[in-house]
Amino acid sequence: MDFFKNDLSALHDQLASGELTASTLTDETLAAIHAHDDVDAFLALNDDAAKAQAKALDEAGTFASPLAGLPIAIKDNIVTKGLTTTASSKILGNFVPPYDATVIEKLNAAGAINVGKTNLDEFAMGSSTENSAFKVTKNAWDHTKVPGGSSGGSAAAVASGLVPAALGSDTGGSIRQPAAFNGIFGFKPTYGRVSRWGLIAFSSSLDQIGTLTRTVKDSALVLNVIAGHDDKDATTAEQPVPDFTAKIGQSIKGMKIALPTEYLGEGVDPQVADQIRKAADQLRSLGATVDEVSLPHTKYAVPTYYIIASSEASSNLQRFDGIRYGFRAEDVKNLKDVYVRSRSEGFGPEVKRRIMLGTFSLSAGFYDAYFKKAAQVRTLITNDFAKVFENYDLIIGPTTPTTAFTIGEKVTDPLTMYMNDILTIPANLAGLPAASVPAGFVDGMPVGLHMIGKHFDEQTIYQVAAAFEAANDYVAQIPGGAR
Amino acid sequence: MITKDSVAHVADLARLSFTDDELEQYTSQLDEILNMVDQLAEVDTEGVATTTQSVHLENVMRADVAVAQADLTPILANVPTHKGTLIQVPAIIDKEED
Repeated sequence: MDFFKNDLSALHDQLASGELTASTLTDETLAAIHAHDDVDAFLALNDDAAKAQAKALDEAGTFASPLAGLPIAIKDNIVTKGLTTTASSKILGNFVPPYDATVIEKLNAAGAINVGKTNLDEFAMGSSTENSAFKVTKNAWDHTKVPGGSSGGSAAAVASGLVPAALGSDTGGSIRQPAAFNGIFGFKPTYGRVSRWGLIAFSSSLDQIGTLTRTVKDSALVLNVIAGHDDKDATTAEQPVPDFTAKIGQSIKGMKIALPTEYLGEGVDPQVADQIRKAADQLRSLGATVDEVSLPHTKYAVPTYYIIASSEASSNLQRFDGIRYGFRAEDVKNLKDVYVRSRSEGFGPEVKRRIMLGTFSLSAGFYDAYFKKAAQVRTLITNDFAKVFENYDLIIGPTTPTTAFTIGEKVTDPLTMYMNDILTIPANLAGLPAASVPAGFVDGMPVGLHMIGKHFDEQTIYQVAAAFEAANDYVAQIPGGAR
Repeated sequence: MITKDSVAHVADLARLSFTDDELEQYTSQLDEILNMVDQLAEVDTEGVATTTQSVHLENVMRADVAVAQADLTPILANVPTHKGTLIQVPAIIDKEED
């Protein structure tokens, strides 16, 4: 099946009309992944369960749900009952979850078919997917370059046409940055919009599950299914869930858009900045106004994020102790030795680095200067956004300072790697919905246009992103290296 | 400047152990990261409240209802060693002292 030509709606129509069966679609999708996962996107395939699910759907013949029978890939930090879930860590190398994440339950109920689990930076900590304990995923456009991260497997799988849609998670840009690097649409909903029950926790005040798709509408179709309050995740909001496709296709005439000066400043590749200015002009020609504004605390987002995310991670990752599940070190002397050796042998270097930074930031004598300070600066960053949103509907900028970098280029230099997330992190700190929309190319590599919306106003992002998508032919351009 | 000794102390708090070479490496990397983080000191946060979550929910309550645990088999299948439905762990005191 050619997912470059068939979006979720087209596939749905073929299934509903009987032109295509779910079994054929599932078999073809799995066979293609087995034969052509040239980007090394997948860690595990769900062959048997996916085929059984497709067969049952064909027998029942009910394709009323927009996602029924459609293949979707799942980032491997989202737990799937009976299917190994590793978070790309050796410490969970043999973990077979006894339950499904809420988003998986919802996808299953809608008839979507989980075809397999995709690679990520270990515990979603990274921006290149090079921190996986198992494999290095490649960029769909150039196999010598990184796919971004941490949802690099999901992004590369969609961009190379192996699946039409995938779930990812975004703590500091982990959906939007790989979407930008691979020339696809990545969407992080508002914090609290989608249940994280069953998402292996990294930083609980920042983590959010979202979508990676080729088109804007496909993302809205998936979000329609996974959004909503969940009793199992007390941080999910009791907000009504709208039809996220409702404003797609509507004019953006009169839309008030802000372009922060800081987002085109120092560190942003001039060619990427040019591409974003061109995108702003295009939005103007579609009837929107685009004004320059200031988000003065932007430069403090990276240090703020690394303190908060690492502190929360150091706490969340205490559960990995080698006792109830996961890797347990052998030949230990005593109980403390089980903890220390299982963790030291089970975690990779970046995960340890963040646990160390987080433990330090929370430790006696340093808490006020580090964790508390970062939590205060987070308030100032949030207030910057609130001020701009008093007068504007949407904020735009580049998703990333550069296009995808070369595999191996930054992996030994944590600080340079961290700075790569400077443009995506602020939306997580403020809990705002944000997306990356394909916005052309620099030297043959994709550029992403970043859109940040107001709390629970995903629809404006979908509306503007769809208008921008329709005004360009970027979605029709596919990686030369793909099948 | 963070010292190797304080990094070793943090490692112990985090239940991680490092070789001497690793400890050197983590000390210099953490020092670099903390230098970057130290620019937060220039931000005036006098009287600014902390943000620990972004949706401003408060005291989310639910009924305290006991739910029967379903089949234990898939849970125990993940346990490194168990006896019946009990998880086995090594002795708390050193093996040599048994």
